[in-house]
Amino acid sequence: MGQGLEVINENIYYGAFHAVENVTMSIHKNAITALIGPSGCGKSTFLRTLNRMHEVTPKAYCTGEVLLDGVNLYGKDINLVDVRRQIGMVFQKANPFPTMSIRDNVLAGIRLNHKRLSKTEADDLVEWALQGANLWNEVRDKLSSPGIALSGGQQQRLCIARAVAMHPSVLLMDEPTSALDPISTLAIEDLITELKKEFTIVIVTHNMQQAARCSDYTGFFNVQGNGKPSHLVEFNQTEQLFSNPLQRETDDYISGHFG
Amino acid sequence: MQRNGLITSPIRSLRSRQYHDHAMTILIYSTACLALLPLIAILWSTISHGSTRFDWYFLTHNMKGVVGGLYPYGGVLNAILGTLLITITATLISVPIGLFTAIYMVEYAHGGVISTMISFLVDVMSGIPSIVAGLFAYALFSFFFGPGCINGFVGAVALSILMIPTVIRSCEQMLDIVPRDLREASYALGATKSRTIINIVLRSSLPGIVSGVLLAIARVIGETAPLLIASGSVSFTNLNLFNGRMSSLPVYVYNQYAEGMAVCSASARAAVHPCIPGIRMERAWAAALVLILIVLFLNLIGRFISHRFSVSHL
Repeated sequence: MGQGLEVINENIYYGAFHAVENVTMSIHKNAITALIGPSGCGKSTFLRTLNRMHEVTPKAYCTGEVLLDGVNLYGKDINLVDVRRQIGMVFQKANPFPTMSIRDNVLAGIRLNHKRLSKTEADDLVEWALQGANLWNEVRDKLSSPGIALSGGQQQRLCIARAVAMHPSVLLMDEPTSALDPISTLAIEDLITELKKEFTIVIVTHNMQQAARCSDYTGFFNVQGNGKPSHLVEFNQTEQLFSNPLQRETDDYISGHFG
Repeated sequence: MQRNGLITSPIRSLRSRQYHDHAMTILIYSTACLALLPLIAILWSTISHGSTRFDWYFLTHNMKGVVGGLYPYGGVLNAILGTLLITITATLISVPIGLFTAIYMVEYAHGGVISTMISFLVDVMSGIPSIVAGLFAYALFSFFFGPGCINGFVGAVALSILMIPTVIRSCEQMLDIVPRDLREASYALGATKSRTIINIVLRSSLPGIVSGVLLAIARVIGETAPLLIASGSVSFTNLNLFNGRMSSLPVYVYNQYAEGMAVCSASARAAVHPCIPGIRMERAWAAALVLILIVLFLNLIGRFISHRFSVSHL
């Protein structure tokens, strides 16, 4: 089952640069939340703070709270590693581990965390995750061939399977289809709609149609000007946001007046 | 005139550009051949000179009790084993230091003051003349263990001073080209930094690291000057790195060459096992051939390992 996320007064900084200002939003469980906005508006940065991936970047930090089922991810006794096990991530560019087979890629999360599985457990997990990612039928006969031998769309679904295999409660996706052709994009969108039964999904996209097609909630980020922090302009149910935006800025963006 | 110029000038310039292109092609091909020429010449002369004395007897005997050009003719076993021991020890010292430094530089330092300093020192170190490294190692051990401390281990330390910068630089490059995405993918799965470095970064760059290390070995295995000072040479086979002088192939070659022609009396030349005046040059060439074969063998191993663990692209 998915879990909801509660973001309260979050501010994100890169060193002295204030990147994202004062975001408060609730991400509903077992729903798809899309984050849209022009390039450089901080939506990916914001997404990365939801599983503390921004901390990989030197000097990046944030203030405020992110609550997963009521527990603050930035709390003192919270282990970074546990956060990322709970909240999985799929990246813009498919990044299967090049030294691993398809099977090993799916099991990578388990192995990297020192967990041991019996062969049947591993087999079951691989099949379950690949079926979850809608890839099983295409790769069932070549599980031992390298992950990077697959097509771009298949690689991205392999990455989703890899994230899914960790049984996270939330899945973050950072423009997962921007490097894919329309057919593969459709396959991933269908998959995401399936996945929300089990996971809470947050997806960053610069494709408004995609947000409108498959998300339940949409947040619109915008930046006032160069060097200024970006902020969450509007957050609402997707239908509401696209048909009846409350802010003028949102209306301009979705009707294509700028950005 | 104007019209004529417009029509003819592009054609003329096209022709001249084609000539230019041909000329460049010929130049590049001939330069490539020129670069190959010394390599082939070296290989040819080593094989042709070295094969005179290169046999099983030569490989399995040392120089104990060998006098001038007289029988027994002696061999290179002491130098082969010495070179292998010293080089392996130097590698065992250099690889951990070099690899961990490279990991520090790429994964931990993020361009701080310390990493800038290390980077500068590595550049300086890679320019150290090898004889200085030999003198340094000799002085270092003499300081701690008394003057005249010459043994295989001192030589290995001298060689590792030369190897470490090469190992750091090549490992650094190899770690650098592992895409950021892969590290992030691993972190996003909840892997710790050390797990990510070991299982993803090092694993992906293993073939490159192996060939880098082998290049570094090939670079120092032929070093003569530092070993001449730090390890010396000895006629019998010494397998103890910490006790007494130890021969090595380059020093062996140098010594044989330096001793020059042997004096052979007429009666000795007519013996069943004749005295050979030019035997020392023959030994020098044969030892050089052994050295080249060892380097070749190392390269083959490196290629095999790189191939075995390479990222399979389809």
